[in-house]
Amino acid sequence: MKTVEEIRAAIQAAVPGAGVEIISNPSPSGQHSLLIAHSHALQVAQFLRDDAELALDFLSNVTGVDWLDKEISEKVKVTRTVTKTVDDVEQQVEETVDETRKRVEPGYLESVYHLFSVAKKHGPVIIRMRTGNRTDQVEMPSLTPIWRSAELQEREIFDLYGVVFTGHPDLRRLLMWDEFKDHPMRKDYVEPDDYEYEPTAHDHVLQRAKQHAASETAAIQEGAEAAR
Amino acid sequence: MTPSTVHSGLPNSGLASTDRSEGWNRPPIIEPDGEGELLEVAMGPHHPSTHGVFRMDVALDGERVIRLKPVFGYLHRNHEKIAEGTSYLASMPYTDRLDYFCSLTNNWAFALAVEKLVGQAVPERAEYLRVILAELTRIQNHASTIGFLTQEMGASGTPLMYAFREREKILDLFEQLTGSRMMCNYMRFGGCRVDMSAAMLDDARKIAAGLPAFIDEFEALLSTNEILMARCQGIGKLRPELAVNAGISGPMLRASGVDYDIRKIDHYGIYDRFKFRVPLGDHGDVYDRYMVRVLEMRESVNILNQALKDIPAGPIMDPKSKIRGFRPKPGEAYGRIEAPKGELGFYLISDGTPNPYRYRVRPPSLINLTVLEDMCLGESVADVVVIFGSVDIVLGEVDR
Repeated sequence: MKTVEEIRAAIQAAVPGAGVEIISNPSPSGQHSLLIAHSHALQVAQFLRDDAELALDFLSNVTGVDWLDKEISEKVKVTRTVTKTVDDVEQQVEETVDETRKRVEPGYLESVYHLFSVAKKHGPVIIRMRTGNRTDQVEMPSLTPIWRSAELQEREIFDLYGVVFTGHPDLRRLLMWDEFKDHPMRKDYVEPDDYEYEPTAHDHVLQRAKQHAASETAAIQEGAEAAR
Repeated sequence: MTPSTVHSGLPNSGLASTDRSEGWNRPPIIEPDGEGELLEVAMGPHHPSTHGVFRMDVALDGERVIRLKPVFGYLHRNHEKIAEGTSYLASMPYTDRLDYFCSLTNNWAFALAVEKLVGQAVPERAEYLRVILAELTRIQNHASTIGFLTQEMGASGTPLMYAFREREKILDLFEQLTGSRMMCNYMRFGGCRVDMSAAMLDDARKIAAGLPAFIDEFEALLSTNEILMARCQGIGKLRPELAVNAGISGPMLRASGVDYDIRKIDHYGIYDRFKFRVPLGDHGDVYDRYMVRVLEMRESVNILNQALKDIPAGPIMDPKSKIRGFRPKPGEAYGRIEAPKGELGFYLISDGTPNPYRYRVRPPSLINLTVLEDMCLGESVADVVVIFGSVDIVLGEVDR
């Protein structure tokens, strides 16, 4: 089978302007993947499926991954002028200091597609797509028109991660109920405090129950005051 | 009332969805004949044919199914989230609960994915033990599936009890070896938990020797049975192109005539050492799915005999494998095996901590249901039960 570099070259030859980036995998599995830009995703997917040599006709697995905002601290060398007293004389001295700067790399949601070929019996070729951020740019093109097997799996990612797949024929929640808010597989998901009933609540369950009861009592009191 | 205006009063009804997309890989749009009204039926979540808690919302025009939407999630417990909150090894017993008929193959798939992630070798004897147990699992799964399928056709009990009688012998062996009949929790990263004694291997040989007679008997009871043929042949056809496009795997894919068995493709474990054939179907109907399973049982007995003959002595755990302080280096891996129900895969991302950053199960049961609507449209409602039974699902794996 072709290596990821060859596949990237083939994609760029077939779909001009397609942004493809290799994401290397340091694990001994050696399963490197290709990051596909949204703009040409459908053409790239179609090429991967229909190309005679690759013939990746079998989309096996579709997965969501949540990457939180990352705080990265870097050491930067900064040159600045400092006033120093040397031999009782004030002098302007240039000095290079190490400074730690922190920046936040924005998080994103990712979907990973594992492709195999039934016709050529090879694989996996892994492609990924990323959303702009985790809050308001969570759209991503759906690959269900190319591979039907993404239908239920993309619905699952929509349900559990909140990625909105544009062009999906039937994007509804899969496992949670329709009225459910939030997306439970996200890394920063907080469980509702009243979801579990314990006859003899203790430890953190008791604490949560108390908090919940307090907020409810407060709401009732507020309502009563407003009525007065 | 036309199907596009169907609005079920049921919560989360799939029939209320507005999906009317067309394409070669989409379900066909069937219009009602215009006489009378449509009937909406919620089959499940407690319908006995659904093998658990699963719902199919069906729109019927007379007896004919014109729309079918599966509703999932009744057994959802967010297995993947739980696994992300615990160590790699601690998820091993929980994989038993996915497809609770085939806990040993679930163990193998998870162990294989982790072994790929860290580059862990497995000793020879452990590989043989894995093959023996996986093939025994496949046989008892296929026998029970066929038993349940006939049960749903109205053969109340007899074929199912024949299958369970044989399954019981295999489960006894599992219990002797692992301490549990169904929740085996047997495989480890780099080997297996306990060794099979000579006496147990003899028991396994006895079971394997008795299996051909059981399959013959099972076939004499079912394969040319008039009722089974009438209920199964030509029902629930699945085209090979659609099967591949929809990611169908396992016996269901092969019944449609697609030659794709991961044991032959990936040669995971030591499957390249055994001689066996891959049975294929011709028509892709329910009968072919039944027949492929029967033939696969025969091939599994073949593999079993070869493995039981060649099994070498030796260690069952790689001495370099780590149990305590197991922290894979950052990276990711996808490992898959041919489970009895289809391609069972595990996708793991490690960030260098003791817990997986991402743990994903590729559930064959769920993905094989993608084309349920396509297979059922135009058939009568009684056939839906049979078609659904021929897919072979376990809800513990569908909903996770």
